[in-house]
Amino acid sequence: MHELALLQELCALAAAAAEEQGASQIHRMELRVGELGGVNPEALRQAFAVVAATAPWQTAELQLDVVPTRCFCPHCAQAFSPLDVIYACPQCGAISRQVLEGRELELVALEVS
Amino acid sequence: MCGQCGCDEPQAAPLPRRRLELHQPLLSRNDSQAARNRDHFKRHGLRTINLLSAPGSGKTALLEQLARHWPRPPIGVIVGDLATDNDARRLQLAGARAVQIRTGDLCHLDSALVDQAFSQLDCSGIDLLVIENVGNLVCPAAFDLGEQRRIALLSVTEGEDKPLKYPALFKSADAVVINKADLAEAVGFNRRSAIANLNAIAPQAALFELSARTGEGLDALIHWLDAKPA
Repeated sequence: MHELALLQELCALAAAAAEEQGASQIHRMELRVGELGGVNPEALRQAFAVVAATAPWQTAELQLDVVPTRCFCPHCAQAFSPLDVIYACPQCGAISRQVLEGRELELVALEVS
Repeated sequence: MCGQCGCDEPQAAPLPRRRLELHQPLLSRNDSQAARNRDHFKRHGLRTINLLSAPGSGKTALLEQLARHWPRPPIGVIVGDLATDNDARRLQLAGARAVQIRTGDLCHLDSALVDQAFSQLDCSGIDLLVIENVGNLVCPAAFDLGEQRRIALLSVTEGEDKPLKYPALFKSADAVVINKADLAEAVGFNRRSAIANLNAIAPQAALFELSARTGEGLDALIHWLDAKPA
């Protein structure tokens, strides 16, 4: 359960960026969370509900986009979406070691005024 | 009223909303400290390992054996634990130079905690530093500490399907150690199934089977740790 720690990082990043841009209110925070990012989106939302009860976050909304895992198969030279936690290529069955997407844990953008 | 107080000024029009593109990693503070740690470790000529497992898998027992058998003792250990310094004392008795981080309620180590602990460690004459993470198979996986390599430890008493249940951690490991091999038969551990699961989940990881209690199988791990130059 490190979601609260992550949320503190998120709020610190967002507050610093908003201040730097001369904004006084944060309306929305857009977050990309990879399936492999080690974060439970629901726990993150719950942690945000706690923070959102306090100033200056009451007006902010958290938008969470979960990024599905994408792998690359070197034999078939193509990307694929694994069916489960074993990254077997659906074409040839080889197990991929290359994760293209799914590790993201990123503050994409803010909406401010 | 202006909307802020009870004055007679007309209400100010709300400022227009605008979008700030940031694309900033949430863990950027941890990651940049981790990069500094990595650099720091390298300058001290250290091989650095982040050791991760569930509670009770035998991390400290394994490190006691490593402390006794590493070809160029002593080894350095930074050990994370919630409340006690039992682990650090056990490791010191085995000859390691150990620094304890008491994490309180934290479920993982981060790179800043490791940096603080490292400043308390006399690393002269040490070429192997192991960071023993908090016993937890979820949270520590997300935090880079500045290590060169990661080892995930799994004991036979935990069952063959652990890698399937905690894929993120095993996928991030450079090596997986199956510990308590001496108990495998007694607990009905299905070795073949465990290895098949590990090969499927973590094909990148080197695999070692050993008993930290008896020391059997330790040589291969020591060889792997020793083989790669710092």
